[in-house]
Amino acid sequence: MTSYVEAGHGGHEHHGPPPIHYSSRVSPATLGMFLFIASEIMLFGSFFTVYFFDRVVNHHFTQWPPPGYHRPAFVAGVNTLILVTSSFTMHWADTSIKKGNRAGLQAGLVLTLCLGLTFLVTQIVEYHRLGFNTADTSFAATFFGLTGLHGAHVFVGLTILLCMTIRAFRGHFSPEHHHGVEIGGIYWHFVDVMWIVVYVTVYLL
Amino acid sequence: MFSNPFRSEATAFRFVLATLVYLGLIAVAYFIWHWLALIVFVVLSLGIVWWLRRDADRPAPVVQAPAPSPPGEHRILVVANETVGGPELRSEIEQRAGNEHAKVLVVAPALNSPLRHWASDEDDARAAAQARVERSVESLRAVGIDASGEVGDGDPLQAIEDAIRTFRPDELIVSTHPEGKSHWLERGVVAEARSRFALPLTHVVVDLDADQS
Repeated sequence: MTSYVEAGHGGHEHHGPPPIHYSSRVSPATLGMFLFIASEIMLFGSFFTVYFFDRVVNHHFTQWPPPGYHRPAFVAGVNTLILVTSSFTMHWADTSIKKGNRAGLQAGLVLTLCLGLTFLVTQIVEYHRLGFNTADTSFAATFFGLTGLHGAHVFVGLTILLCMTIRAFRGHFSPEHHHGVEIGGIYWHFVDVMWIVVYVTVYLL
Repeated sequence: MFSNPFRSEATAFRFVLATLVYLGLIAVAYFIWHWLALIVFVVLSLGIVWWLRRDADRPAPVVQAPAPSPPGEHRILVVANETVGGPELRSEIEQRAGNEHAKVLVVAPALNSPLRHWASDEDDARAAAQARVERSVESLRAVGIDASGEVGDGDPLQAIEDAIRTFRPDELIVSTHPEGKSHWLERGVVAEARSRFALPLTHVVVDLDADQS
């Protein structure tokens, strides 16, 4: 937790404010992203609680979802494949820049962006074809609440990805300095993990 | 030992794959027989708990003892802040460093107000501590002492611990204001340092008001 200052006799040539003070073995940016994700898990947890509560109190239904509702499990399954694939391309982008492969970074980020965009557009289109809306029943409200919350996170992730992609094409990032890719990648994988949980919970079980 | 799966992009990616396999197996079991999903869930969850705890039974690694000072060298760690330039402290250092080849590390904790600390506004505190430690080190070097300086953590005990890990001192000198003026004494920093660190500790009281008058 100390920053070394070789005082006097020409040992210290630092100008401007003192160096950033690190107080943890985890870098501040990674720690910040971890804390952010922890808060996100709690947010998603509250939505899942509502969903399961609704499912438990409506146990008089012999089937789930309630009669008259259909969950587009197949389309959502294809969407799941798209999002999981985007995690692979994100990982490819990250490993590429670590090896100094800028073309791999750019291609990986563009592919991830396209796959994420495809996921979001497909989800929006599917919303229009569902045949029910948020105000219809508690199932509809929790369904749109959970999937919509995730969709909002995908939108945020796409914004981050867009910034990363622009930076990658402007020559930013290197094998030594690629924290922007690392942090954005962690967020994207988190969004992916949450979707897998949402898909299995809401669409399959 | 459980480690954060989101500590890096690579571990987060592996976590995606692990989640996919875990929930995928549960979903497949669900379509075969609903209760099988519960069985798979329990078995997989227990397996994960066992896997995460498999290192817990192993003995803790033996901590390597700090390397001693080279023969003939005596390392002195000095921790002080406002009193770092006090004549009492300087004479104490000179006295202890005079008889043998001594290496002195002066650490000035970057003391900050709680509000600024929580706002991560440490620049001024660190700049002030840096200026003080540089003046102190220069005055020690002027009398021929092999001295260097660091700005340490705002918590003086943490600053001592950090310096012990990197500097490996043979003895410790803590300088404070007199009783009644010293926050460190009020907080029991010196007493805590005596019980926490297995090092000879000298407490030097510097009365800056008396020195100036």
